[in-house]
Amino acid sequence: MKFVTVAGPPSSGKTSVILRTIDHLRERGLDTGVIKFDCLSSSDAGTYRRHGVTAKVGLAGSLCPDHFFITNVDQALQWGQRQGFDVLVSESAGLCNRCSPHVRDVLAVCVIDNLSGISTPDKIGPMLRFADVIVVTKGDIVSQAEREVFTARIRQVNRLARILTVNGITGQGSFALSRCIAEAATTDSLIGNFLRFSLPSALCSYCIGQTRIDPAFQAGNLRRIRFDE
Amino acid sequence: MTLIPPDLATDLLVRRSIAELIAEYPYVENYFAAIRLDVMDPSRSVVEVLGDHPEEYFADYGLSKADFATSIVAFVEQVLSQGPDELGTITSLTLLPGHDKAGRPEACGLVVRAGEVTCIVGPTGSGKSRLLEDIECLAQGDTPTGRRVLVNGAEPSDEQRYDLGHRLVAQLTQNMNFVIDLPVGEFIVLHAESRDVPMPDEVATRVIECANTLAGEPINPATPVTQLSGGQSRALMIADTALLSASPIVLVDEIENAGIDRRKALDLLVGADKIVLMSTHDPILALLGDRRAVIENGAIRDVLDASDAELANLAFLTDLDEHLGALRERIRAGERIEEDLAAAFMTGPLRLRRGTPTPPG
Repeated sequence: MKFVTVAGPPSSGKTSVILRTIDHLRERGLDTGVIKFDCLSSSDAGTYRRHGVTAKVGLAGSLCPDHFFITNVDQALQWGQRQGFDVLVSESAGLCNRCSPHVRDVLAVCVIDNLSGISTPDKIGPMLRFADVIVVTKGDIVSQAEREVFTARIRQVNRLARILTVNGITGQGSFALSRCIAEAATTDSLIGNFLRFSLPSALCSYCIGQTRIDPAFQAGNLRRIRFDE
Repeated sequence: MTLIPPDLATDLLVRRSIAELIAEYPYVENYFAAIRLDVMDPSRSVVEVLGDHPEEYFADYGLSKADFATSIVAFVEQVLSQGPDELGTITSLTLLPGHDKAGRPEACGLVVRAGEVTCIVGPTGSGKSRLLEDIECLAQGDTPTGRRVLVNGAEPSDEQRYDLGHRLVAQLTQNMNFVIDLPVGEFIVLHAESRDVPMPDEVATRVIECANTLAGEPINPATPVTQLSGGQSRALMIADTALLSASPIVLVDEIENAGIDRRKALDLLVGADKIVLMSTHDPILALLGDRRAVIENGAIRDVLDASDAELANLAFLTDLDEHLGALRERIRAGERIEEDLAAAFMTGPLRLRRGTPTPPG
């Protein structure tokens, strides 16, 4: 089975891009399922179902979403294989913009939108920097000049990725993404593989449920701002 | 592929200060900004800066020391090798016929050439955007239409297809929003810089001057782009696309009437040797094109060259359009329109001037 990680800030258009791309994968005869990693709630399973796509949602709830992802991703892959998919897409928001779900030797896609502002490519870090394919959305509602400036900024952060522009509403450009996915390598197991970028260092007292604001209750891996200048 | 001689690469990283690097390769500044240039001493060399900070410092920005060093060298290499915008000259695209939505063979192919305007006509849902998408991804019989696209008469390689993809086509759409809130002048300079164009300030001045020949109301370089009128922003983007965009193909989604000289706009784009494809149902624009492709049920049904009779009608329509424009100006000025328009339009001076082409701008 082919496995693809798709990450991007909330509302960048990941689900729309995936749905439009699945239409093309279907035309190639590839059955595609989706595992969506989210935090508190997600209506995406319903959205996918309405398009006839089998999707499962995993909610991190009170856990760090990226730790939740990494502890469940291989099980997700096994689920996809049992379902008999040709392709499994893992969709996740790069929740604090510090993390990246991208795994070595597994096709990594980052979705980013033109409306998010030209400094966003610098801000979202690893999920953009370590992507193989960068999908830029919402280009139809900004000027050509702005699209070009935005692309140049992306290029500065990630020099090697393929940059594709996709319109999540009409699907224009999603064919090129379906080609990348159809050419992706096959992944049977993730056990023993590595993330492309480390997760943030944990663990502090707040990770395990502390809510009180008081230095006396702050323990573990802490970093303090210096205000003494 | 190493374009920088190894000793120069070493020189960049070991000897030169950050300030010197930025002076010579302005874009390097962004690399340093990504790791907080403001907390660094620009008189120190890259190697010293790398030494000043622990590996974890770089990890916070999703980098490693080694990545950072190689990406600077790679970037400078790219600048030295003429930048990422080198597309080669594209003089023509050939669309070889595929099939319609029902699988029947497509009646016609289409050749679009640099310096020519090809109009695309057909009802909504007829397959105009599929045609544009085939061009954008340089289809090779692998899209739903089965079309193949040749670049300069030859089949593009796989690498060419991916590489050209997002840089082949510039789009001028009806929606012309700006997210960046900058004055017009700075905005165009930013665009020029992102393409590593020499002397960005001069280029920006030229773009604005050129836009002012298209729009009724002059554009002030100090006005924020978000405050431009519809006509002004459209004029600005047409000028910018013609003079600054690297893409050899321009897809135009109907140049509406909002105070833009449409003929000049098209002349400007084709004058820049762009391949212009325009979807439109406006008779003036459609006849201004060199030819028009008629789309039906997902395929090209016909390709029409403008006939002599159509060109004569174009002159009439242009004249009519000018008169309508003059009426628009009078309404704007608060005047009444009370003379016998029917008589003037059908039998008056307009009729006498029929066939007189508008002087080119």
